[in-house]
Amino acid sequence: MNVDTRQGLAGINQDYAERYGFHDPEDYFLKAPKGISHELVEMISRKKNEPQWMSDIRHQALDIFRAKPMPTWGDSAMLGEIDFENIHYYIKPKGEQTSDWNEVPEQIKKTFDRLGIPEAERKFLAGVTAQYESEVVYHSIRADLEKLGVLFMDMDSGLREHPEIVRKYFGSVIPTRDNKFSALNTAAWSGGSFIYVPKGVKVDVPLQAYFRINAENMGQFERTLIIADEGSSVHYIEGCTAPTYSSDSLHSAVVELIAMKGARIRYTTIQNWSTNVFNLVTKRAHAHQDAVVEWVDGNLGSKLTMKYPAIVLKGERAHGEVLSIAFAGHGQHQDAGAKMIHAAPNTTSRIVSKSISKDDGRSSYRGMVKVAKGAHGCRTSVECDALLIGERARSDTYPTMDIAESDVSVEHEARVSKVGEEQLFYLQCRGLDPDKARLMIVNGFIEPFVKELPMEYAVELNRLIELEMEGSVG
Amino acid sequence: MSSNGDAVFSCHGLRVFVGDKEIVKGVDLEVRAGEKHALMGPNGSGKSTLASALMGHPGYRVEGEILLGGERVDHLPPHERARRGMFLGFQYPVAVPGVSVANFLRAAVSARRGADVPVREFRQQMQAAFAELQVPKDFVSRYLNDGFSGGEKKRLEILQMLMLTPVFALLDETDSGLDIDALKVVAEGVNKAAGPATGVLMVTHYQRILNYMKPDRVHVFMDGRIVRAGGPELAHELEARGYDWIAREVGLEPAAAAAEGSRS
Ligand SMILES: Nc1ncnc2c1ncn2[C@@H]1O[C@H](COP(=O)(O)OP(=O)(O)OP(=O)(O)O)[C@@H](O)[C@H]1O
Ligand SMILES: [Mg+2]
Repeated sequence: MNVDTRQGLAGINQDYAERYGFHDPEDYFLKAPKGISHELVEMISRKKNEPQWMSDIRHQALDIFRAKPMPTWGDSAMLGEIDFENIHYYIKPKGEQTSDWNEVPEQIKKTFDRLGIPEAERKFLAGVTAQYESEVVYHSIRADLEKLGVLFMDMDSGLREHPEIVRKYFGSVIPTRDNKFSALNTAAWSGGSFIYVPKGVKVDVPLQAYFRINAENMGQFERTLIIADEGSSVHYIEGCTAPTYSSDSLHSAVVELIAMKGARIRYTTIQNWSTNVFNLVTKRAHAHQDAVVEWVDGNLGSKLTMKYPAIVLKGERAHGEVLSIAFAGHGQHQDAGAKMIHAAPNTTSRIVSKSISKDDGRSSYRGMVKVAKGAHGCRTSVECDALLIGERARSDTYPTMDIAESDVSVEHEARVSKVGEEQLFYLQCRGLDPDKARLMIVNGFIEPFVKELPMEYAVELNRLIELEMEGSVG
Repeated sequence: MSSNGDAVFSCHGLRVFVGDKEIVKGVDLEVRAGEKHALMGPNGSGKSTLASALMGHPGYRVEGEILLGGERVDHLPPHERARRGMFLGFQYPVAVPGVSVANFLRAAVSARRGADVPVREFRQQMQAAFAELQVPKDFVSRYLNDGFSGGEKKRLEILQMLMLTPVFALLDETDSGLDIDALKVVAEGVNKAAGPATGVLMVTHYQRILNYMKPDRVHVFMDGRIVRAGGPELAHELEARGYDWIAREVGLEPAAAAAEGSRS
């Protein structure tokens, strides 16, 4: 009998300030002045000793970023608050990248200790990178995986050591001009992960990257590229936190995944930025024949998140899944969703999106399923559940379906529910106080998501939710 | 009629309102330790409303006194009443998706105790209750009342009653929707849970469950009131003759035996 002693959710993130919201004194090798320009882009590229082609891509991207208008959909009011001139686009911490925690500068090491990263690495990870501001300060991979030819390093090292792979795939899934923020990332990118898994190699234990912002008004623009060669598999997990400041920071990543024939990639995110961070991320995958790509996407933190993990099912029988939860508490807007493009016959996909809005929090599901002409025999299902806690909480869904074939099975379900009075009463009649009862209902609501996480993350997520729910009035 | 113990439950002058509408119109009732009472009445007469209000449902305005074990509980929220040993078996148990039966039961048992029940002890207790009510083992990991059949839900209500050792149990049509075998199992469960220290009030439409439960007293409930009380023979009479004759005797229009707009 499986009895689980996990406590539920009394108050998500109520202890954020203490657990993640702290910051280190600033002690940097280089802190670029605020604002972005061709000079800055040139400086970043030179410091990194990049080949000319990458430098060219950056400069072009900056022009595209400047030319592109802000998105007019989504939360334009909140987006309008971003002051691009008030952001530090590049900060390099002191010290060189190392694979020995003892060599990480004391202050930074303390921070990652406090966030539990070295401990997690010892316990259940096959490899770790830890990014602090713009640069990865620590990186390691299990020796046996390295021997099998698995590459796991920060993106800058990837470019240096494997320029041919990077040149081939960088921007191949998400072109620079995809959107304003992908252009900005391409101009200013630094850090992120580069992963290549050779044919047939199955990485049985997750690889993890942790992203930490420390400075106020920081912009973090990591760039991640994961290539799983034929028949291989890999699970990558990312986590992120930042100090709580009164003025805004910006996190704008670009993540590209390529799952070759028969490969499998699972990409898990637990996003827990502080509530002064704009989190505007572009994530997309190519799934070739018989490949499986899964985005498992948890959004708890940030001020505004706009993120719609996408999968292009390019080869026959490829399968894509997006499983996401979003929690929008006071002052937060989680605008998240998924995009599924069925570009080949007999491809299948599933989107499960769960959101919880509390207080004046707002969550939106924005989703798109497209079945291209000629993509016969596809199956897709979309399930959106929103849970509202309190009278002011808000949830919206913006689903789009664009189906060009007739022999396609499409299921779509959307539900909005309040933490029901009858559910609460039932649990109260069994002795649970209203907070505990509400927590139990919310934990039950996100259970389908939580059970997809490795145990350690499941426990952590439940703990966060519990804190976030503390003292909420239903 | 055995009136062996002290009153474990009583209410006095109980009136229940939804907005301006009075649904329960003055009920006095007392149940002693070891007693089983039946409450019978037409659809829509207010039985479930009475039960919910006794438990403290926030949707009602309630006047009058409610005592559990001699102490007033009418000012307490539902979970406090539950912790003190009041139990409501729901006519329509509520589903809570994603919450496993085991986790839920453990939280409930711990709440009733006022302390976390150790895992091993809890497991044994749960296994015993599952066996008693012949609930398949795999129900522990199923989600609470989610996709359960009507009969399965009722069984699980009695299983909870068994594990929560109530002082006073209100069972709202726990016998409805059960097949004959299940009815027996549930009745035995109720009899087991209703020890000498416990009082039971069973809301029912049917004589059949009473054959197994052997009520000490039967109350007839119409139009928000208890209009008649008697021994077990009263239930037989109701089964044979229906409610209209009582309605006439107590001066209610037969149609008014049920409150207007009753659901079936
Ligand atoms: N919240 C409410 N709002 C409006 N009317 C209500 C509410 N709760 C109960 N009622 C009404 O009060 C009356 C009594 O309902 P109740 O469910 O208590 O009846 P019952 O005796 O349990 O019937 P049954 O035998 O069908 O279960 C019904 O007419 C019902 O519609
Ligand atoms: Mg009823």
